Amino acid sequence: MRLLSEDRPGHWLLAALLVALLLVLAFAPFLLPGTKALAVAARILIFIVLAASYDLLLGYTGIVSFAQTTFFGLGAYGVAIALSGGGGWLALILGAAAGIAVSVGLALAMALLSLRVRAIFFSMITLALARFAQVLASEWRGLTGGEDGLTFSVPRLIAPGFHPFASPILGLRISGTVIAYYLIFAVTLVSFLVLLRIVNSPFGRVLQAIRENPFRAEALGFRTIFHRALASALAAGFAALAGAMLAMQLRYTNPDTTLSFSLMIDILLMVVIGGMGTLYGAAIGATVMVLAQYYLQPGLSLLAAAARGIPLAPALFDPERWLLWLGLIFVLVVTFFPAGIVGSLRARANAAAHPPIA
Amino acid sequence: MANAVALLRTEALSVRFGGEVAVDHVSAAFYPGTLTAIVGPNGAGKTTFFNLISGQIRASAGEVWLKGERITRLSVPQRARRGLGRAFQLTNLFPGLSVFENVRLAVQAEARRDFRLLSLASDHHDLNARSAELLETVGLSKRASAPASALSHGDQRKLEVALLLAGQPDVFMFDEPTAGMSVDEVPPVLDLIAAIKRDREKAILLVEHKMDVIRALADRVIVLHQGRLVADGVPEAVMALAVVQEAYLGSTGSEG
Ligand SMILES: Nc1ncnc2c1ncn2[C@@H]1O[C@H](COP(=O)(O)OP(=O)(O)OP(=O)(O)O)[C@@H](O)[C@H]1O
Ligand SMILES: [Mg+2]
Repeated sequence: MRLLSEDRPGHWLLAALLVALLLVLAFAPFLLPGTKALAVAARILIFIVLAASYDLLLGYTGIVSFAQTTFFGLGAYGVAIALSGGGGWLALILGAAAGIAVSVGLALAMALLSLRVRAIFFSMITLALARFAQVLASEWRGLTGGEDGLTFSVPRLIAPGFHPFASPILGLRISGTVIAYYLIFAVTLVSFLVLLRIVNSPFGRVLQAIRENPFRAEALGFRTIFHRALASALAAGFAALAGAMLAMQLRYTNPDTTLSFSLMIDILLMVVIGGMGTLYGAAIGATVMVLAQYYLQPGLSLLAAAARGIPLAPALFDPERWLLWLGLIFVLVVTFFPAGIVGSLRARANAAAHPPIA
Repeated sequence: MANAVALLRTEALSVRFGGEVAVDHVSAAFYPGTLTAIVGPNGAGKTTFFNLISGQIRASAGEVWLKGERITRLSVPQRARRGLGRAFQLTNLFPGLSVFENVRLAVQAEARRDFRLLSLASDHHDLNARSAELLETVGLSKRASAPASALSHGDQRKLEVALLLAGQPDVFMFDEPTAGMSVDEVPPVLDLIAAIKRDREKAILLVEHKMDVIRALADRVIVLHQGRLVADGVPEAVMALAVVQEAYLGSTGSEG
């Protein structure tokens, strides 16, 4: 049995981008100086898992859910609550496992109850669940710390103050932060490969069939409710895993970092920008979005400073307007890459091979 | 024929849409080794009759029996799994997936391997071989890697037939399989249907407007008119009925 799937990127430019991304992320602690850069790299990894899990649902199965952040939050709060009471690795693992288990159970129940009726009910229920989770996290202060959230310490091996080696390795002083980063890197890599395998499995093909034509899928004998429910459960499980990693990396959790609607929109944008139903697109989209969120504002300040003297330019490049620029980038991507970055590149490669017949 | 055991039977099957009765107390039995042509003018309820049998539409009244089991309340996939196969009148494929993948999905459905999560679809060599074989059978091997949406209308109809064959059902339902095909595309499809008939085990239901096709293939013809079954018998006898000649077949000749 081969470990990897045969799902190739499908375009040389895309393959090059992905290899570059993998290499930069693999050596980020050594390549990128500073704690901010490493935090951004870790965030990219976490959001690759989160966006990929959402792509399984939206891109492969064609199910619209607004509760991906809820499961992300369940994973994060699972870890946060478990570690708030002190405790080490066991608490961390149990907390993550509990978050994942609750997410999977909740997603299964929601899907089996609502998808039987109509796909739109599922979307509406996820919206309600997402809102409910926000309210619960803010109000149930005893458990979640309310709006302030929970701050906790992580096992010593991955705590920032931990330095296992006296001297630097390859010019880098190894700290618990670096170890945590590599833990996140490993979990992300394995998760992504597992997801890639799932979408290329017989089950994954049924998901695509459901997306393309659910009525035909049923007429072939696929009881699509069960495939959809399992896809929801898997997506929820991986989202919770991503949330657990976020909590572990940040060492705090609050409603804003895990449950907000703007975060849900970000996930949606990541998948759409990258290209729905490609999984690689989720990785590219997550990278683009996280980079834009962290570096667009500083980049604009540089531009604004450089453009001083040119009329209007400083106002246009005002760092405060970074969201406007992000919106503009998004509109441009959707206009020129309607199938997302990965989808459009692949379409270009395919169109050459199979010209449509009028 | 009548003393053989029916594979499929409908009993006063009816459905109304709003005030209009689209299928009205249709009782009919379908036997192995028999090809039954279903004719009638546009809007007679032929496709709706199929939808009631395969479950896309729930009956307002009446029953459907498949191999002695009452399937009236079963879902579409449950009926398909029990041996009902259908090719649709309006092409009904997975447009964004490759021609090969379309067939592979149908083959996989028949093999009940839809919950294999961690093996690769490409590693199921038996399914892949069977899919390639089916594409060969319908003459689409050369287009295997094209997306289904890129196929010509005639080729999409052939793919539709391949999906039906892949399911190895006991009851085959064809809804105007050759409609819109060019003249030279029709005979191979008819040959495929004739081959199913030679199996003797399968019941075939064929909605068809073309008289020559009916004469060549049908063992029996039933006529639907305004949702009611108005004639049932061997082709020569049914075709000879004046009502059938004038009212139904004359008005729909343009369709094919
Ligand atoms: N889902 C539906 N909702 C409402 N009315 C419907 C529906 N499906 C079919 N009908 C109506 O039922 C009647 C029978 O339609 P049906 O498609 O079964 O005819 P048909 O015999 O297959 O015609 P054709 O030869 O054109 O394919 C028509 O009057 C049609 O408008
Ligand atoms: Mg019809």
